[in-house]
Amino acid sequence: MSGDILVLVEHRDGAILDTTHELLGRARTLAGQRGGEAVAVLLGSGVAGLAGSLGAAARVIVLDDPGLAAFSPSAYQAALVPLVRDRAPGLVLIANTGPGMDVAAGLSEALELPLAAYATDVTLDGGSPLVTCQLYAGKIQAKVRFTGGRGIVTVVSGSFAAETAAGSPAVENAAPAGTDGRIRFKGLHRPEAGDVDITRESVLVSVGRGIGEQDNLKLVEALAAVLGGAVSSSRPIADAGWLPRTRQVGKSGLKVKPKVYLALGISGAPEHLEGMRNAELIIAINSDARAPIFSVAHFGAVADLLDVVPALTARLGG
Amino acid sequence: MDYVVLLKQVPDLAEELEIDAAGTGLDREWMSFVASEWDEYALEEALQLRESSGGTVTCLALGVEAGDVDELLATCLARGADRVVKVGSFEQNPDSHTAAAAFAEALDGIPHDLVLTGVQAIDDLDGQVGPLLATRRNLPHVSVVTHIAVGGDGRTVTAHQEYAGGVVGEFEIDLPALLGVQTSREAPRYAPVSRVRQLMKTATIESIDGGGGSGPGSGLVVESMFVPAAGGTAEMITGTPQAIAERIAALLAERGISGGAAR
Repeated sequence: MSGDILVLVEHRDGAILDTTHELLGRARTLAGQRGGEAVAVLLGSGVAGLAGSLGAAARVIVLDDPGLAAFSPSAYQAALVPLVRDRAPGLVLIANTGPGMDVAAGLSEALELPLAAYATDVTLDGGSPLVTCQLYAGKIQAKVRFTGGRGIVTVVSGSFAAETAAGSPAVENAAPAGTDGRIRFKGLHRPEAGDVDITRESVLVSVGRGIGEQDNLKLVEALAAVLGGAVSSSRPIADAGWLPRTRQVGKSGLKVKPKVYLALGISGAPEHLEGMRNAELIIAINSDARAPIFSVAHFGAVADLLDVVPALTARLGG
Repeated sequence: MDYVVLLKQVPDLAEELEIDAAGTGLDREWMSFVASEWDEYALEEALQLRESSGGTVTCLALGVEAGDVDELLATCLARGADRVVKVGSFEQNPDSHTAAAAFAEALDGIPHDLVLTGVQAIDDLDGQVGPLLATRRNLPHVSVVTHIAVGGDGRTVTAHQEYAGGVVGEFEIDLPALLGVQTSREAPRYAPVSRVRQLMKTATIESIDGGGGSGPGSGLVVESMFVPAAGGTAEMITGTPQAIAERIAALLAERGISGGAAR
């Protein structure tokens, strides 16, 4: 085992994802503490040019192959299992994304390395990793260690500050030791542009399951109108088809950073918090006093949104 | 086409969760259980796929004493599953690695072209069962999927994997395979409680071995488990709805947002 900390690089459309910069920042800090290197592993085809934008890494291992031109769980797993086995890093950091879930679990089972999921913090304690994980939709947290002192962590996006400082990491080129073409990438689909771009709105009135019925949406629409803002939502509202997918905030929706985010009847599952925790002012109304949304809100009220929203709209002159 | 769905029950989040005396787990004394939301989406997808292109749907759940696995499996039958099987014997939900090992063993005797399970569960601290099981059985796997469709020749399946920003990747996957389902094309169908009760008395729920309650373990040591500080950083506003509205209006006014924009 080495003191190195390995980070799986995720990239799309020729750009490194923010989550990768977040992981590399923490990896560099931890590697400094334990006397190892932060090592970025970059898989792709013709991606050597991206290595320069991974300045927080001490070293970038580039696995360049036409079979890795797009993400494929089987191809990534076949390439990464031998690499992680040979390098034996002390810690592997992977983003808690769809690809990250596939790769992390694949590595864990194939290499018999323990896996700590939904992490929001990773520190070193007595030289070995101590990981804080979210469980039960964010209602419980656990601090865990690896029995053998080393393992894999999937980290929730937004848990660490992104580290994009320029640097000149050593670049190592290697051929993937294995391939597996059982999963073939066919293309990316992008959402159709919506009537409203919620990432550009300064006031978002966001609704979740607590809205109860589709008919109640007119209450939040009236509030959004009087505030000059837009209505956004958590996932269940988009899944129900009550609002278009382009209004969805969160992990598989959009990341927003408005001046004001009113979270109405949104419990605050980790997937939602990922998308809005950096709003300048978060005000949450929820009937459940234990809702995790109150752990990121600046102001909160335990109340029924169906009572407060009409009162607020009336107060604001709607 | 033989579809296999893996399901489990998890603590009901509508109830207050409490930490046990040791401070490293949940207090299970009064805990109530519900089907894991994402597993229900996986079952609905399997039933939809069978309806459109034929085949069988077999549901597997671990034989866990806590909660009511018989009710979970009877509900699967009420919704239209062809066969339900209880795997192994466990006091409570085991860790994901142990669950994956038990399901992997069970699949030896169960035909499976496409295995579907929830992309995640609220209690899978050591990772998601789907990709762990798939790797154990050398099945290709994709997590966070929607839009599952079986290819015309029945040898492949296509699915969308969700990324941030509403972007999705489309994949073609050789069968047999495993998919971690994010959501179903329609809301999970309703199963009348009376029908579930009746099936619990009359239906056949098969049982097969699955590691006999032991397993590889998670390789994790839980040092502590805790409820994050109530309210966290939020300053709580109390009072009538009007008083709450008044305070929120004041907070907005401090930031130059005064309403009346619609006029």
